[in-house]
Amino acid sequence: MASADNGAATMPAAPAVRRPALPAALLPFIVLLALAAALPLTGNEYWALIATRAAIYWVLVAGLNLIVGFAGQLAIGYVALLTLGAYTTSVLVAGTVLPEISPFLALGCAAVVGAVAGLVVGLPALRLRTFYFAMATLGFATIVTQVALAWQDVTGGGIGIAGPYFPAPFDTAWGFYYLCLGFAVVATILAGNLGRSRFGRALIAIRDAEVAAEAAGIFKPALLACVFLFAGAMGAVAGGLFAGLQTYITPEAFTFELSLLFFIAVLIGGRGSIFGPLLGTLLLTLLPEIAAPLAAWSTLLYAVMLLGIVLAIPGGIAALLDLGRRKRLPADRAILPRPAALGALLGQRPPAPPMQLKDITLQFGGLRAIDGLDLMLRPGEVHGLIGPNGSGKTTTLNVISGYYRPQQGSLSLGDDPMPVGRPENRAAHGIARTFQTPRIIGEATVLQNVMIGGTLSGRASFAEAMLWLPRQSADEARLEADARLALQAVGLEALAGFRADRLQHSELRFVEIARALMLRPAYLLLDEPAAGLSSEEIRRLGQLIREISTHGTGVLLVEHHADLIFEICGHVTVLNLGRVLAEGKPAEVRAHKEVISAYLGA
Amino acid sequence: MLASILATGLAMGAVYALIGITYNTMFATSRVMSFTAGQLGMLGGVFGSLLMLQWGLPLIVALPLTLAACALVGVVTEFVAVRPVLKSLDQHLYVLTTLAVALIIQQITAIEWGTEPAPFPRLLEVGEGVWHEKYWLPVAACAVTIGGLEYLYRRTLLGHAFIAVAEDNFAARALGLPERNLRIGSYALAGAIGALAGFSGGQLLLAFFANGPLLNFYGFIPVALGGLGNNRGAVIGGLALGLFQQAANFTVGGIFSSVAVFVLFIVVLLAAPQGLFGAAASRRV
Repeated sequence: MASADNGAATMPAAPAVRRPALPAALLPFIVLLALAAALPLTGNEYWALIATRAAIYWVLVAGLNLIVGFAGQLAIGYVALLTLGAYTTSVLVAGTVLPEISPFLALGCAAVVGAVAGLVVGLPALRLRTFYFAMATLGFATIVTQVALAWQDVTGGGIGIAGPYFPAPFDTAWGFYYLCLGFAVVATILAGNLGRSRFGRALIAIRDAEVAAEAAGIFKPALLACVFLFAGAMGAVAGGLFAGLQTYITPEAFTFELSLLFFIAVLIGGRGSIFGPLLGTLLLTLLPEIAAPLAAWSTLLYAVMLLGIVLAIPGGIAALLDLGRRKRLPADRAILPRPAALGALLGQRPPAPPMQLKDITLQFGGLRAIDGLDLMLRPGEVHGLIGPNGSGKTTTLNVISGYYRPQQGSLSLGDDPMPVGRPENRAAHGIARTFQTPRIIGEATVLQNVMIGGTLSGRASFAEAMLWLPRQSADEARLEADARLALQAVGLEALAGFRADRLQHSELRFVEIARALMLRPAYLLLDEPAAGLSSEEIRRLGQLIREISTHGTGVLLVEHHADLIFEICGHVTVLNLGRVLAEGKPAEVRAHKEVISAYLGA
Repeated sequence: MLASILATGLAMGAVYALIGITYNTMFATSRVMSFTAGQLGMLGGVFGSLLMLQWGLPLIVALPLTLAACALVGVVTEFVAVRPVLKSLDQHLYVLTTLAVALIIQQITAIEWGTEPAPFPRLLEVGEGVWHEKYWLPVAACAVTIGGLEYLYRRTLLGHAFIAVAEDNFAARALGLPERNLRIGSYALAGAIGALAGFSGGQLLLAFFANGPLLNFYGFIPVALGGLGNNRGAVIGGLALGLFQQAANFTVGGIFSSVAVFVLFIVVLLAAPQGLFGAAASRRV
């Protein structure tokens, strides 16, 4: 233990994987930008055209990446936003409908229109299953093209309309290239900021561990709505620039093939990365140019690539570049919780009011999983919940944390009733939990996983995070410091920088506890935390739980290990067939006759 | 006008319903919604035109050959796009793999067959006006298919095995049912049903490589409305969609009828995500 005690000071900070905040991670972006800026030295205007196109596509893909790569929503028909932006900009600049305006103002208007359209197209994702959403976006793409064809007064129908003319110095090939490159840089910065903020982590949590995201208080509809607005605006701006590049646009310019290019660029690049999809976009834009005979076959090529990536390299370019994932894990590591860090993280919280469950009844079909249950949790107390399989322990926990909606009964915190069936609102009430099967984002680092638990405590808004304003950097620094404290408290700080999917099962259980502690919970609900742990680990877990409760947190411990329960709990409730069989001090319960016959079996 | 709305509407509706059944048949044994459903319909038209008009084969040979060819495409889909991703169904990778296979089918057709719509022959030379065979053939095909499937699922041992796998894959395997072969079988069956949709509706849709995405979308709507895996729901939904679409077509014009269908689709789905006849989703925790 000696080395662990001063570990915080001497422990070399584990290099974090995939964090664009670090200068090392910025390097590839800077190199790429330098190359892009030097491109005019070639003096070949054909290259200007290709590079401009790549920059424009990236403006769109940067936004789409947050939807597809981060949030895991399969928005396939994103060419619709490009179309919309192109026509909006062109029509406004031409002045056929409204008085003529400058192309830059028109781009701004297109961004607003695109944001609204992005939101409307995205809304089904909040209610519909994956395939349905993919279909809806595809349908939308078809509709936009058909409207562009039919609405001849405005769009010129099949004949088309002139694209916006950008004034000097953007009226030459290279001038326009630099304009688009500028937009691409801004897009990269905005998307990158969002990606490494708590919003980016929350999106990945929605993708890979939606249930855990809800428990951390992440409200999916609001978050996705922000991202759809952002991606829609980016897509429409890209459309405006695209129209400027084409000089003349018809509905035929916006083929389904483009949708495919955008979508596959994200997948080739790799999920949850910014640089990967950027390379993917460049690759897919250049590919048909380099291999000119392939141009006619490009859709087939894209389709084959899509199949190949999904089946062979699901991690994409980002996974190939991610050198950190092969870094060796510390040998002979052990989980050594350090309660001292708990004090720094939790402080001494003012005692929360008791939590009360009254007469809860929950049926699944004809089965009464919980049958008129009363339960009272007190701050600073470890409350054990035991009972045979199927007695309703985990179900009770799921009722408290809002995943199940009981048919009858009430749930209150002091005098305040808590709404039933609202999992995403529990974190705001100071209720944190862990899961029987750890719900962890395997592709994120341990540190990032733990930081997700503190999502709710961030103060910066989505816009502030996008621009990385002072409040955002303060948030980020504080969340990271807290997460390191939480990891110290559970004894895993040495693993902070490793991908979570490389950890052992027992370690993931402690990661979940660290994530729950980020909330500084009034009540902590632990669902069989000792399952799969060694006896030494169980002993340390018991110490940790007791230590957490001394800081004023009430703990509800669902467990099968009766020894652990009787050792650390101040109060024990025994369930059988959804009813309370016995409750009281551990010694009383242990002596209870029915408990002995029904459960302890002694 | 009412007669032609009814004739066209029911005909198109029957084609959509058949594509919907194609989706359902694949979904039943694999829990996968496949983007290839519409492409199978497209292939039905293209193969029909190829075999009968270009190669001059009679209907009695061309139809079984078309069905067999598409059944083979269905089996290939199962091997390439479905089996590899079944292990991680919750990641929805099948959306990507089946989309890729669907696009490969479409592009190969475009390259080999051409990108212009080609004519489809008259099959039986029966009926004129609103009783033209192109209107009632799809309806007949739909009726035969649904009758055949009902017989298969309710009366035969093989059908019971299909249902067992569809109800509870895991338990069916534990009972010793050849789950993998049944899944391959259902993809072959789906291929044949999709081909029948395109073949019977060939005189309306023509042999055109770009029919795939269209059929994909309009065939999916009956499934979404009727509830996943519900064939009767798909037939009702398909016919309703066909009639609604044709009515809108005749009254407000083609472009706005597609907008109307799309809006209706989104609104209904947002109001009832499980479909009008579907069951609620299961618990997640």
